Amino acid sequence: MYGATVRSTIARGRIAKIEFGEGVPWNEFVVVTAEDVPGKNVVSLITDDQPILAETQINHPEEPILLLAHEDRHLLPLAVAAVKIEYEAQPSIHSMEDSESCAEVIWGTNNIFKTYTIDKGAVDEVWKDAAWIVEGEYTTGAQEQLYIENNGVIAQWSEDEGATVWGSMQCPFYVHKALMALTGLPAEKVRVLQVETGGAFGGKEDYPSIIAGHALLLAKKAGRPVKIVYDRMEDMAATTKRHPSRTRHRTAVDKDGKLLGAEIEFVIDGGAYSTLSPVVLSRGTIHAGGPYYWPNIRVKSKAVATNTPPHGAFRGFGAPQSLFALERHMDFVARTIGLAPDEFRRRNLLKPGQTTATAQEIREPIDMPHLLDRALELSGYHAKMARFAKTNATSSKKKGMGIAAFLHGAGFTGSGERYLNALVGVEANERGEVRVLVSSTEFGQGTNTILTQIAAETLGLEYEDVSMAPIDTRVVPNSGPTVASRTAMIIGKLVQTAAFDMQKKLVDAGLMHEGDGRDAFRAACNEYTRTMGALNGCGRYEAPPNVFWDDSKYMGEAYPAFGWAVYVAEVTVDTATYSVTVDDFVALQEIGRVLHPVLAAGQIEGGVAQGIGYALYEKVVWNRGRMMNNQMTNYIMPTSEDLPPIRVFFEEIPYAYGPYGAKGIGELPMDGPAPAIINAVVAATGEEFRSIPLLPEDVFDVLSRSHEIDEVTA
Amino acid sequence: MSAAKQQVRFTVNGREVEVSAYPMARLLDVLRNELALTGTKEGCGEGECGSCSVLMNGELVNSCLVPVLQADGADVRTVEGLASAALHPVQKAFLECGGAQCGICTPGMIVATVNLLKKHPQPTMEEIREGLNGNLCRCTGYTRIFEAVKSAAESMTHEELKVLTGEEAARR
Repeated sequence: MYGATVRSTIARGRIAKIEFGEGVPWNEFVVVTAEDVPGKNVVSLITDDQPILAETQINHPEEPILLLAHEDRHLLPLAVAAVKIEYEAQPSIHSMEDSESCAEVIWGTNNIFKTYTIDKGAVDEVWKDAAWIVEGEYTTGAQEQLYIENNGVIAQWSEDEGATVWGSMQCPFYVHKALMALTGLPAEKVRVLQVETGGAFGGKEDYPSIIAGHALLLAKKAGRPVKIVYDRMEDMAATTKRHPSRTRHRTAVDKDGKLLGAEIEFVIDGGAYSTLSPVVLSRGTIHAGGPYYWPNIRVKSKAVATNTPPHGAFRGFGAPQSLFALERHMDFVARTIGLAPDEFRRRNLLKPGQTTATAQEIREPIDMPHLLDRALELSGYHAKMARFAKTNATSSKKKGMGIAAFLHGAGFTGSGERYLNALVGVEANERGEVRVLVSSTEFGQGTNTILTQIAAETLGLEYEDVSMAPIDTRVVPNSGPTVASRTAMIIGKLVQTAAFDMQKKLVDAGLMHEGDGRDAFRAACNEYTRTMGALNGCGRYEAPPNVFWDDSKYMGEAYPAFGWAVYVAEVTVDTATYSVTVDDFVALQEIGRVLHPVLAAGQIEGGVAQGIGYALYEKVVWNRGRMMNNQMTNYIMPTSEDLPPIRVFFEEIPYAYGPYGAKGIGELPMDGPAPAIINAVVAATGEEFRSIPLLPEDVFDVLSRSHEIDEVTA
Repeated sequence: MSAAKQQVRFTVNGREVEVSAYPMARLLDVLRNELALTGTKEGCGEGECGSCSVLMNGELVNSCLVPVLQADGADVRTVEGLASAALHPVQKAFLECGGAQCGICTPGMIVATVNLLKKHPQPTMEEIREGLNGNLCRCTGYTRIFEAVKSAAESMTHEELKVLTGEEAARR
């Protein structure tokens, strides 16, 4: 059968009455309400505040209330429309400011999901000695992940087998945990299988737990398998997006252009339920100081509730928001104190031996000033800026260049990897064919290629000798979620460990020597499996040495490793149409050893394209918590005609604790494009732009206003 | 969907088919659900993303916007019609150049590329950008797709192109 969801049409209130309208053969439908939940009516993730189906209280538009199933999927839209729900509306809030002022309390006692404070040095002391104190406020909008394949699952229920779900997802064990809570079934009675997943970008990190739960509730009641596949409008309206944000900077600089200290206030809009907001906030908070040396810095952050569908994971996970603010602010400070943007950055970039905002010592031999100089050279920055200064005076098309310097932590934050305690397996059969067993999923980023490549290389085999076990919670161990740029670096290393573990068994049994190669390995596998039984190896996460993280003070080693980057954008602002085009884009990064040049460059190019969309095209239009432009016609992502040449360059400093020296890469390219592009727009126009997305009407607003002033003063 | 189901006959990848379908049923759904040709994907259902691209009578169309009745008597080519025993040169080029990441846009992108190369066997960069502008890709930033198109253009013979677009089949 096919399933569909009846959703709330109001932002906040109580359900007064539900009526099943006429003209629909209701006896043919399976109908599920909150009363049908066998276990706990929650979407189990971190905080159990989100019901899988609303009971009486509604907290956001598109909140699921009822589920319907029928054999003919064409009847479902008619049936959904025929369910009439009466509400007693309650006041709702739709801005971070209203949430902060508690215009209405809609979550907990104060609308705050989570707060963090990072406090390094003595920030209160810096202001009196500062040559300059510069303040700025920056905002970012929501962004839709827009994977081309919508969310979809199939669920089956039987008394003997329990629950089985097949679906498009990133994190099968998140779904597994959520279904256990929902059904009250033990772990072995819940089985989750990932099927080919057509893009995710974080959008299939937590949401699949909801759609899987819905399909399962229907399947249980129907006694038959049920499939739910969202269409694009439902997917865009109801599922998660990147958190909107607001960042306020106050920065002290000495007479030589050195940073003395900063106060940063970072706020994100979490939507109606807590979901992943505390974790997104954490990453955004830690990245708020960027790749600069701050002797003193205080970052205060909070995630607040509004009556909108919960915001969630999207590539970068809070860092693109706080880094947009930082890198825009660095340009603003440079301009204010009379230094060139590149020179101001050069004076303050982190060096090995210095510490980040969380007092994490930089132990990698990273040379950020060199990355900066090389990126400027690759983009022709200085020559072009000099040329544009002349041509802009007489042309209606203003050109400019913008820089973003940034870093991105790979792996879970702080003690996260230790809590996850990832487990990875490798096994071989009698023919020497190897299988890698992980819960790390492939959704286009190259998981399967990279992990089989690492296993083959470690065992001295050909790539074709290694395959991936199907992602099935009954088959693979829990290697944690496929998020946080952790797959190549953390899981890849564990695959290597597991492969060594398996090889050691063959060597210890006297069946081969290390480095013997493929034929010896095959013969050894044959002998081992014949005489000693199953052959396998495993790898369990161990933290690198000297890693210390204090969760209460938010100080210490925030990440096992960082990727480092400097991006340069070149733009044209057409002052007749107010459109901005990106003409050239240089993306230079240090990500440890590059495991697969084609896939690595593909990650950077794709991330840059999403970053260009974030900066210039992708605007979610809200009306009282509901997305109004939930169609690809009205929500615009870059097409093949909108993107510049994206020129990707790597510097490689092997990372000691990554497989073959690799670090995480997936999220890094999302952080830099937006600030680099808006900095370029500022350079082109001489006007300040502090919000993204920056659409032509926003450019018009600012340029026409400054034009009016020109006319008045003339 | 109020009108009764009708018999519709057309050719898919050179094979005659007859299906019983609502006249306004989308060609996309008929291909996927009735004919089990699931290579053609749905991304948006409104003709924006191009994931459901197929060739109908040699023209590139979004099969989500084609009522099946309109396909009556037509020659339809889907991505399944491109590969025979071996990968088609365009598929091979996408694979080797990294032109596919998650793969959901890829079948439509490949069909669009075939259509592009039919019109412009040696396309310029502008022609590639224009020829693929109805096919959205969220993963790659298009860079490697452009490279795949250029690579396919270099490796493909005229005969391979004709077979793909159905001209060869029609002449037989």
